Amino acid sequence: MTDLATYNFAYLDEQTKRMIRRAILKAIAIPGYQVPFASREMPMPYGWGTGGVQVTASIIGPEDVLKVIDQGADDTTNAVSIRAFFQKVANVAVTTHTKDATIIQTRHRIPEQKLAEGQVLVYQVPIPEPLRFLEPRETETRKMHALEEYGLMHVKLYEDIAHNGRISKTYAYPVKVAGRYVMDPSPTPKFDNPKMHMSEALQLFGAGREKRIYAVPPYTEVVSLDFEDYPFEIQKFEQPCALCGAQGVYLDEVVLDDKGGRMFVCSDTDHCEDRREHGHAGEMLAQNKEAAE
Amino acid sequence: MSNPDNQELQAATDTPLLKVSGVSKFYGSRIGCKDVSFELWPGEVLAIVGESGSGKTTLLNCLSTRLMPTTGSVEYRMRDGNFRDLYHMSEAERRFLMRTDWGFVHQNPADGLRMTVSAGANVGERLMAVGDRHYGNIRATANDWLTRVEIGTDRIDDQPRAFSGGMRQRLQIARNLVTSPRLVFMDEPTGGLDVSVQARLLDLVRGLVNDLGLSAIVVTHDLAVARLLSHRMMVMKDGHVIEHGLTDRVLDDPREPYTQLLVSSILQV
Repeated sequence: MTDLATYNFAYLDEQTKRMIRRAILKAIAIPGYQVPFASREMPMPYGWGTGGVQVTASIIGPEDVLKVIDQGADDTTNAVSIRAFFQKVANVAVTTHTKDATIIQTRHRIPEQKLAEGQVLVYQVPIPEPLRFLEPRETETRKMHALEEYGLMHVKLYEDIAHNGRISKTYAYPVKVAGRYVMDPSPTPKFDNPKMHMSEALQLFGAGREKRIYAVPPYTEVVSLDFEDYPFEIQKFEQPCALCGAQGVYLDEVVLDDKGGRMFVCSDTDHCEDRREHGHAGEMLAQNKEAAE
Repeated sequence: MSNPDNQELQAATDTPLLKVSGVSKFYGSRIGCKDVSFELWPGEVLAIVGESGSGKTTLLNCLSTRLMPTTGSVEYRMRDGNFRDLYHMSEAERRFLMRTDWGFVHQNPADGLRMTVSAGANVGERLMAVGDRHYGNIRATANDWLTRVEIGTDRIDDQPRAFSGGMRQRLQIARNLVTSPRLVFMDEPTGGLDVSVQARLLDLVRGLVNDLGLSAIVVTHDLAVARLLSHRMMVMKDGHVIEHGLTDRVLDDPREPYTQLLVSSILQV
């Protein structure tokens, strides 16, 4: 890649990276606290992961191996483009295998495979403020964070139970980090919330449009908010993955035809492929094989 | 009020709840309120009356720390019996006090309520803010309070937007009293309500104040409200307190010419 010289390594200039790294260090020092940073224009529109890309660009080195997922999949537009972007501007190795990656940039999922020490999970965050839709004034929400006034968060959960008989929030489910800050875990399904608790990997959150970075350091307590008589629960799926037969994983619904046909498959494509390679087969896959024979 | 703390209660009623000395607020060179001093005792309701622009609300806002006065001090007796100067407390302490030991009833219920969450959540918010995490208990308490302020329990999941003015005001009162505060500030609690609704609300507030042994500071321009609710009253004019005394004495035997004018201008039907 001779034309790499026209870019600085990993696209951002060194001063910008330095600024973002300082924000990241501060975020790690105060788990769950939203650190403002001078978000830059990136060669992609807001809402496509400009925050995550800036965080990744600031921490990536030539030795790193990058994996990018979008809703758990390695092969969707957003994931493919961001992966190609870093291949081009940082010339780093990329992978789709969770266990081989040192940096995983994600939109809306945490990989099914347990992350290990030394790995970094970078989230693309659209709205970092968990109190946003309850209290629109940013001055007020900052004060509420500072004074640890989080009663309002439970008002939201109360409303859910009052109207639906259960806490109906299924994604961006608020968590309390290290017993102090209430944090929005970006729109990951609440299925993934328990994976954040005491995670061995470092978790960084970048919100480009909102200009905020926050973090959960490894081995940090992350507790999902709930009521004593309505405890936090994750989604349960009635059937296993149609392709790999996995149970206890997050599934996507895929509509197959206009006659009500549908299948449920792993949202984490890497996990699904890996299982199939190791001989696991779900209902659909078994049927296809029979048909082929 | 039967058991153990009788002695403590006795001691508690011997000392004032709120000591106000020399509170003044200037807006530039204009006077908001000037050199106001008084003491408020436990279980006592004080009315502040006067015409529009006389500084009633400025004074109320100063007392409730929603506004910083230019000079003066307000001391409040905390639950541990010690007096604390409100303006020297940290913001965190002040906000905690405001949502536990105090209540503030706004003239316009929309200012004091969350209009987009249900009545139950409005009442429960303070409980959740002080750490109650049991949905069943919160809901039971909310139900209980809605009954006490005469709102049907079938309305618990409705938003205050669907409530009438009088219901909203009663809901606001319930929301403030749920943490059993010791001091409630009310800014024209019956303003904007029609007379029959006013009468019911006043009846309700009077009952609650008696039952709970609340202290209250009520700002009103309506002398009838002051007569019905308060034990003592202060008459304000141009930012100054011009007359101060027992409500019946002030209303039946006003001494200052301005108070005489006020009393004589009550409409007789």
